[in-house]
Amino acid sequence: MENCEALIIGGSAGSLDVLLRVLPAIRPDIKFPVIIVIHRKHGADSLLPELLSGRTRMEVKEAEEKEEIVPGTVYVAPSDYHLLVELNRTFSLDYSEKVNYSRPAIDVTFQTAAEVYKKKLVCLLLSGSNSDGVNGLKTVKEWGGMAIIQNPETAQVAFMPQQAKQHVKIDQILNIEDMAEFINLLS
Amino acid sequence: MELPLISDEQVEILLSDLLEHYGYDFTGYSRASLKRRVIRLYSLDKIPGFAEFRYKIINDNVYFKRFVEQITVNVTEMFRDPAFFKTLRDVVLPRLGTYPFIRIWLAGCSTGEEAYSIAILLKELNLLHKSLIYATDLNPSVLEKAGQGMFQLSYMKQYSENYILSGGKNDFSSYYTAKYSLAKFNDDLRGKMIFSTHNLVSDHSFNEFQLILCRNVLIYFDRDLQHKVLELFDDSLEDLGYLALGTKETIDFSRISRKYKRLQSEKIWRKTN
Repeated sequence: MENCEALIIGGSAGSLDVLLRVLPAIRPDIKFPVIIVIHRKHGADSLLPELLSGRTRMEVKEAEEKEEIVPGTVYVAPSDYHLLVELNRTFSLDYSEKVNYSRPAIDVTFQTAAEVYKKKLVCLLLSGSNSDGVNGLKTVKEWGGMAIIQNPETAQVAFMPQQAKQHVKIDQILNIEDMAEFINLLS
Repeated sequence: MELPLISDEQVEILLSDLLEHYGYDFTGYSRASLKRRVIRLYSLDKIPGFAEFRYKIINDNVYFKRFVEQITVNVTEMFRDPAFFKTLRDVVLPRLGTYPFIRIWLAGCSTGEEAYSIAILLKELNLLHKSLIYATDLNPSVLEKAGQGMFQLSYMKQYSENYILSGGKNDFSSYYTAKYSLAKFNDDLRGKMIFSTHNLVSDHSFNEFQLILCRNVLIYFDRDLQHKVLELFDDSLEDLGYLALGTKETIDFSRISRKYKRLQSEKIWRKTN
């Protein structure tokens, strides 16, 4: 893809290890924002951005409501809120019902971003034990964006990428060691 | 698979219908969330087409009420964010306890879980007898539910854990009676609450308070509307009163912020004089 305008990474059980391996190898001068939606327990709020910021020279921060989405920044969805992307490329937060037993739900971020970035959106779904993200990837494809999954064979919990593979026309299936290079070539 | 059932333009049409026919102004709401909820309702109710949807909302008063109830978010719980309630218990309410009478406004109270949480705190601090909680929402139906003080019994385990984490020392189950699948909260708590409709977008200040709580409501508003509502709160708050927002909300961007001082690490600000 040329001129990627946003990369969104969604994951659940077993995805944190992947992020910790991939993030350090992403070039800090990439021309698009990286938005991360990871299921985790409510309450451990500031820990994830802190943990990730030790692994990259890019700025890593928790996404705030009404915040402008800036290229070269890593945004982490806060726990216990859905993270949405607005048409004017700012974030909104939403405390509505859980989706797929999850808040934040990967589907919500994928779906709202799909309409905003259309063909310039890349969404990557990692390891996980439920099917959150699958409907979101469908929407991303409908709007012309790119759907990528972690190779289920390399996932600690294969269910989530496996479900995506079964139900969505996936553009690329990546092993962990190939992810950073793929991402670096997007801009 | 098909593209979204409702376009951005159609959402705008619905919003102007609501304003024109009912005087409900949702134009200051953040669109991504609103649109998601409109589409959700449209699929849920299996509406055959946009024209039918629009017609139903304009001409069917019962459906209009359902529409408003469904596009606004009414998810809430008791003692959500226990650390926040601990600060209310340990710092804010004891200071308000020095007043002869305590007036609290809970704006956007939804089904009332926070109103009962606050009433429990007041009771334990021996302040309930001289307090009044004005709990408002734009949806009449959630207020009706709030007034009944009955919540799902299955949630009580979680609420009890939240209560303990917020510094509660009593047996949480002493505050309600189990009735089938519901927990009915004690009448003495309900006795100090006034439920009333109030629309933050269009209604004015109606009293002066020493504490205003409005948690996880502003996140649904755009910046302009947030400014406007914060000014409404400022107009409704006594000097040295407290304003409490949700964990991801702030007054920092707003014109009123220079008059306020934030308390510790919670999203609670005190108005200076």
